[in-house]
Amino acid sequence: MGDKRYRGKILKLLRQDWTVAVLFLAPSLIGFAIFYLIPFVMGFFYSFQDSTVDGSFVGFDNYNELYASGSFRKAATNTFLFTGISVPLIVVLSLLFAILLNQKLFIRNWLQTAFVLPLVVPVASIVMMWQILFDWNGTVNVWMQSMHIERIDWMKSDWSMGVLVIVYTWKNIGYNIILFLAGLQSIPKDYYETADIEGAGRFHKLIHITLVYLTPTMFFVVLMSIINSFKVFRETYLIAGDYPHDRIYILQHYMNNMFLSLDIQKLTAAATLMVGCILISVTVMLSIERRFRKFMD
Amino acid sequence: MALFRKFALTLVIGIIAAMMLFPIVVTFTNSLMTEGEIDHNYNLIGQMINTAAGEKDGFVNLKLFPDWLTFHQYAEVLVHKPVFLQMFWNSVLMVTPIIAGQVLVASLAAYAFAKLRFWGRDKLFVIYLMTMIMPFQVTLVPNYIIVEKLGLMNTSSAIILPGIFSAFGVFMLRQFMLHIPNSYIEAAKMDGAGHLRIFYKIIVPLIQPGIAALIVLLFVDNWNMIEQPLIFIEDSFKQPLSLYLSRINEGARGVAFAASVLYMAPMVLLFLYAESYFIEGIQLSGIKG
Repeated sequence: MGDKRYRGKILKLLRQDWTVAVLFLAPSLIGFAIFYLIPFVMGFFYSFQDSTVDGSFVGFDNYNELYASGSFRKAATNTFLFTGISVPLIVVLSLLFAILLNQKLFIRNWLQTAFVLPLVVPVASIVMMWQILFDWNGTVNVWMQSMHIERIDWMKSDWSMGVLVIVYTWKNIGYNIILFLAGLQSIPKDYYETADIEGAGRFHKLIHITLVYLTPTMFFVVLMSIINSFKVFRETYLIAGDYPHDRIYILQHYMNNMFLSLDIQKLTAAATLMVGCILISVTVMLSIERRFRKFMD
Repeated sequence: MALFRKFALTLVIGIIAAMMLFPIVVTFTNSLMTEGEIDHNYNLIGQMINTAAGEKDGFVNLKLFPDWLTFHQYAEVLVHKPVFLQMFWNSVLMVTPIIAGQVLVASLAAYAFAKLRFWGRDKLFVIYLMTMIMPFQVTLVPNYIIVEKLGLMNTSSAIILPGIFSAFGVFMLRQFMLHIPNSYIEAAKMDGAGHLRIFYKIIVPLIQPGIAALIVLLFVDNWNMIEQPLIFIEDSFKQPLSLYLSRINEGARGVAFAASVLYMAPMVLLFLYAESYFIEGIQLSGIKG
């Protein structure tokens, strides 16, 4: 008798949570479905069709065409290259600066603010500066000239990728520093004290305490850095326009230009491939992280 | 010795910090120059100098301090370029509803994800997260088609509605709500409170720092928006300020610095005012729930 009443209560509660959840979720879910989920699924299907209106299924034709396209391969290579260079670089630099900022310093808060400020400065308002710095007649070349180094046409050579890495690092490093600082401050002080008593050196402490306990933060930082590396398109677009130098023509340029030339098939196929790559790298990251956690326990 | 070490470290970090601030500071000081001076200093940008034809090799002249201190650029932008204020206002009119809408919609959804049990909850949340990490261009075509079907093309709603429903707010507020002990909710249930009552009597007051952080982050993100208006809004008088600046850089370089400063000022001021919320928001998004 009591058991039955108990069960009835649970069922009631479950039903309640369900209905309540639907009501709380509904506004978000409806909008989310219309503007994010459905477009996502639609894009996936378009990539296997020959037209967006009454298209018929063409298998992997769009992908084959995409693969044959030189500009797609160029864009894909550049995107991989950019992410491959800029993400390790920004992770190492931001870790270094976070460790330095975590020391005893004068005006520490002011210094931290200086690193984070670029994060809130809108891209469009700083584009002028990048143009002045990296133009053929620009300021960086003035500095190089005064050091008797041959000047470089930054934006119209392979160096443009380097400029992009600088712009990306400048903007995003503050984000990673904030995350690393939080990670550093969560490491218990007595770990270091114990190590001091045991006579561990500074380097030993860095490797065996700091880096080990910072690893979960590291995963998140790498993930965010990869995601943010795709946003560098804004800068590239504003500095160099629709068709920049070959070296910085990235996937988003390609998709944008396919959109403007109404080549929807190639666009959706490229988009699906990009989504696939992002999902694979995220899944791999997360599974490594899980394994690391098990290892730590 | 310890003092020396502290001083030396401060110096090293200080130099790097100065490099970080350099582009921002120079933009500001250059905004106080006369148009003539700007033109004189930077007229060589984008120019090829043909030395073979006997032209003299030249460089731009990046100057930190103006020869003449003047607010002429600001006057020019604010008074003589009505389109600037118009587009500034456009930006305000896009960002404000996005923030208000997303805070409302996302806090409700975050409550369901953080505190209610229902079938498929975690799977659905992963789907939300997935869309958050994708570049805008990935859903460009279907988005375009949907915006067109809804008749929103060339209106600010084409920007505002997707902005309201982006997954970011749900993600962030859920993180904040996970930190609220379930016992608070259980206790309120014992007292006979329904979920709606729990939501606005307990949850909302407790996540106010989270909401503040979300507002700051959303403001920064949407004020900066470029790709969406570029695609969805054709009429230049309807476009936000970000696009105005990308155009002004080419033409009227003389006032671009003042325009840039006016454009970044709300962000920078908000950040300096609410830096702790901003940082807390970023840190919390990094903690696994």
